[in-house]
Amino acid sequence: MLSVLRTIWMVLLHSFRKRDTVLYPEVKPYLPPRYRGRIVLTRDPDGAERCVACNLCSVACPVDCISVIKGEDETGRWYPDTFQINFSRCIYCGFCEEACPTYAIQLTPDFEMGEFDRQKMVYEKSDLTISGVGKRPGYNYYRVAGMAVGGKDKGEAVSESEPVDIKTLLP
Amino acid sequence: MMIGVSDSTFFSALWQGAETIIILLAVVIASALLIWLERRLLGLWQDRYGPNRVGPFGLLQVVADMIKIFFKEDWIPPFADKAVFIIAPAVIMLTTLLTFAVVPFTETIDVVNLNIGLLFVLAMSSLGVYAVILGGWSSDNKYAMLGGLRTAAQMISYEVFMGLALLGVVMLAGSFNLHTIVESQAGLWNVLTQFPSFVIFLIAGCAEIHRAPFDLPEAEQELTAGFHTEYSGMKFGMFFVGEYAGIVLISSLITVLFFGGWLGPVLPGIVWFLIKTMFFIIFFVLLRAATFRPRYDQLMSFGWKVLLPIALANIALTAAAVVATS
Repeated sequence: MLSVLRTIWMVLLHSFRKRDTVLYPEVKPYLPPRYRGRIVLTRDPDGAERCVACNLCSVACPVDCISVIKGEDETGRWYPDTFQINFSRCIYCGFCEEACPTYAIQLTPDFEMGEFDRQKMVYEKSDLTISGVGKRPGYNYYRVAGMAVGGKDKGEAVSESEPVDIKTLLP
Repeated sequence: MMIGVSDSTFFSALWQGAETIIILLAVVIASALLIWLERRLLGLWQDRYGPNRVGPFGLLQVVADMIKIFFKEDWIPPFADKAVFIIAPAVIMLTTLLTFAVVPFTETIDVVNLNIGLLFVLAMSSLGVYAVILGGWSSDNKYAMLGGLRTAAQMISYEVFMGLALLGVVMLAGSFNLHTIVESQAGLWNVLTQFPSFVIFLIAGCAEIHRAPFDLPEAEQELTAGFHTEYSGMKFGMFFVGEYAGIVLISSLITVLFFGGWLGPVLPGIVWFLIKTMFFIIFFVLLRAATFRPRYDQLMSFGWKVLLPIALANIALTAAAVVATS
């Protein structure tokens, strides 16, 4: 019986405690940079888009919310003709970010994407692409990868050796 | 005046009618606002805010909830006993509001000055139990049925000592009239002379209005919502507002019976009455925030083995004291 009175008294003392609730729209909580929120497509330091339309993100996506159609420019470099993410399906798991070989697709600490119309939740390439490099500054896939692409031949990438001549036995 | 009755009779009847309607509206509006007050206070004691968005301090939350609840589908389950199902929520509002008829807010503000006021209160509160039992039974739902059964078990454990506890107050005042009971406390509040019966009435009153810790008929953790599981729309709203009207009722009864009603220095009577009533309303919310719910066999054994003997001993002592001093 006394313990009940003690409980009542201790609950009453909570009148003078600080409240735990964060009043959200007025006070924005700090979100760490690795927070998994709205997905963006980043550019490399030269300003060209990083995405090579390999479709790995689309394959990795557990809810199939990414749709990519490949395009190709005159030098043979792939780029996405369309890149759509249906955010009403997206579960923000970040698998696409892990799958991406060029660090093009990245998740950002922004979650305020509410819409009244479900169709508006489908983001096109123009909505997704940002002008910066995102979380990977200084990374340029074609400058480090061994692939030949417009203006750059094999063996010309950063810290890459000349290709081996496979037709000769000489060292 | 063209009509036959004299002016004074006519106007006093008109005033009486207006007074009744004002008290009715005040009680219903206060009960609705209690929903907001309880949510804010529970928030305060649980270190959160509670509703604070709609209107100043979230006060208009009640209005928003009311609009919502009026537009909700008023669904009656096809397996329910229709007539009883509809009547049950009306009964709880009716009995609670009827009880307010005898509550003296001040010497002059009341609906009727009944010489058996306290008996009327006990009779109406007993009838109020029917709302819960019938609601639980007519829903034809296991959870609702269990809630109704628990109400019956709870009723036989608290109604007895609730009446017995109040006998001490009646003996001191020598009357069942609530006005006389208040006036008898002019020198000393009953809470000092009748402390055991105050505690017992507080517990019994809590059980009467199905508030935590005695919300066994609802027990949302075990019985989903107990007796009103099947209720929706405004019928649910009636149970809900009925419960809060019950809080106002029990708080004002405690004020009248044990804390000298409108009596107090300097301030006008109605202000004293409201302050005292408000204190107990807040105390009931605090009880809900702080206490746990006993099993109903624990409630029954506590009622019969602890509170009933205390109530009987209190009656015997009070009777001896009254005889000795007279």
